[in-house]
Amino acid sequence: MRRSIIDIRDLSPSEIMELIGTSEDIIANPAKYAHKCEGKKLGTLFFEPSTRTRMSFEAAMYELGGHVITMAGAGSSSAAKGESVADTAKTVSCYTDIIAMRHPKEGAAFVAAKNASVPVINAGDGGHSHPTQTLADLLTIYREKGHFDNLTVGLCGDLKFGRTVHSLIEAMSRYTGVKFVLISPEELKVPGYVKKEVLQEKGIPYEQTTDLETVLPTLDILYMTRIQKERFFNEEDYLRLKDSYVLTPEKLVNAKEDLVIMHPLPRVNEISVKVDEDKRACYFKQVLNGKYMRMALILKLLKEAGTI
Amino acid sequence: MNIDSIQNGIVIDHITAGNAMRIYELLELDKLEAAVAIIKNATSNKMGKKDIIKIDAAIDVNLDVIGFVDPDATINVIRDGKLFEKKKIDMPETIINVVKCKNPRCITSCEQELDHVFKLTDRKKKIYRCIYCETKANI
Repeated sequence: MRRSIIDIRDLSPSEIMELIGTSEDIIANPAKYAHKCEGKKLGTLFFEPSTRTRMSFEAAMYELGGHVITMAGAGSSSAAKGESVADTAKTVSCYTDIIAMRHPKEGAAFVAAKNASVPVINAGDGGHSHPTQTLADLLTIYREKGHFDNLTVGLCGDLKFGRTVHSLIEAMSRYTGVKFVLISPEELKVPGYVKKEVLQEKGIPYEQTTDLETVLPTLDILYMTRIQKERFFNEEDYLRLKDSYVLTPEKLVNAKEDLVIMHPLPRVNEISVKVDEDKRACYFKQVLNGKYMRMALILKLLKEAGTI
Repeated sequence: MNIDSIQNGIVIDHITAGNAMRIYELLELDKLEAAVAIIKNATSNKMGKKDIIKIDAAIDVNLDVIGFVDPDATINVIRDGKLFEKKKIDMPETIINVVKCKNPRCITSCEQELDHVFKLTDRKKKIYRCIYCETKANI
């Protein structure tokens, strides 16, 4: 069966645990996985700029012994000549065994998955979904905390346009005893539908605030985000909001000893580089975890498709 | 107020007051040659106020459109001046090319050949979402 992953909701909690299990095994026994995808090809279709996600997918496939065919960017591809996402997906399916795709338009990965004859992994579709980032986040939380239950999760920064934030809320809301603290400027609050349809619908406690320092000592997880310039139609709004939150060692003085500081990266200035030396800083571990989860996901989808 | 009774056609009754124009627009009744009457804010024992649309032509109306805008409306098919059939309306699970996604970031905004498809995601609250970007449909 050809199955694609467009949104984190496409994976059940037990499948996420299965992917975490595979990732842990890859970390412990990398040699066991070094030839699993020999002779198989991953197509990376990135219609908008990305460094870490594309490289992470490519590194994941290489570490599984597979090959990568890449498209440099929308400007140099057939999309620039007006080809539809559907036709691109059908064409690239002929050359590859699995596709990872990023596109600026929301729903583009869904269209690709409908038309491709190989599994498609959404590597980010505009402000909509970015499931493999959420998988990286979940593996990081699991490896640092050992569980998902009874955690107070603080999300800070751009909670309006930040797709990783919405997906993480969606994913973490499936576990018991989780509480959210939503820290953002008024203009960048979590959208009403996330509050209504995820938090209120499931009866999950949450608190909204503009003040990071007051709530910091209560948090088990602090998920910082960048104010994303590319999501604003108006540059003035971006300039006004971009420096809303900057995490420094001074602000962390009253935080818990076992706080886990996360960030989907790239950061601009919202986490001071001085915080990098703090043992609670986990954002570079998160990058590495992303690669392991992508390896686990590629393996799962290729196995389900009967390709390996 | 009197509107001539119709011989062969359709009466869409029990439309929530204010919804008739939306149904008229989505059913593209403006393109019909036949007589169409829109009665707004008619007195109703059950609803207080209601809208009614009378179409003096035996056409097939897209029930999904009516179910999407106003699932409580009723359809009466009139033949030879008499009530021939009453049709029950339900909220459709999916609507295709009835309304367009308003999200400027949605893939449908730049790929013209894609169908605009919305799925019913919350029956109680009558919420339809775009299958591509999950934006709520504008009823």
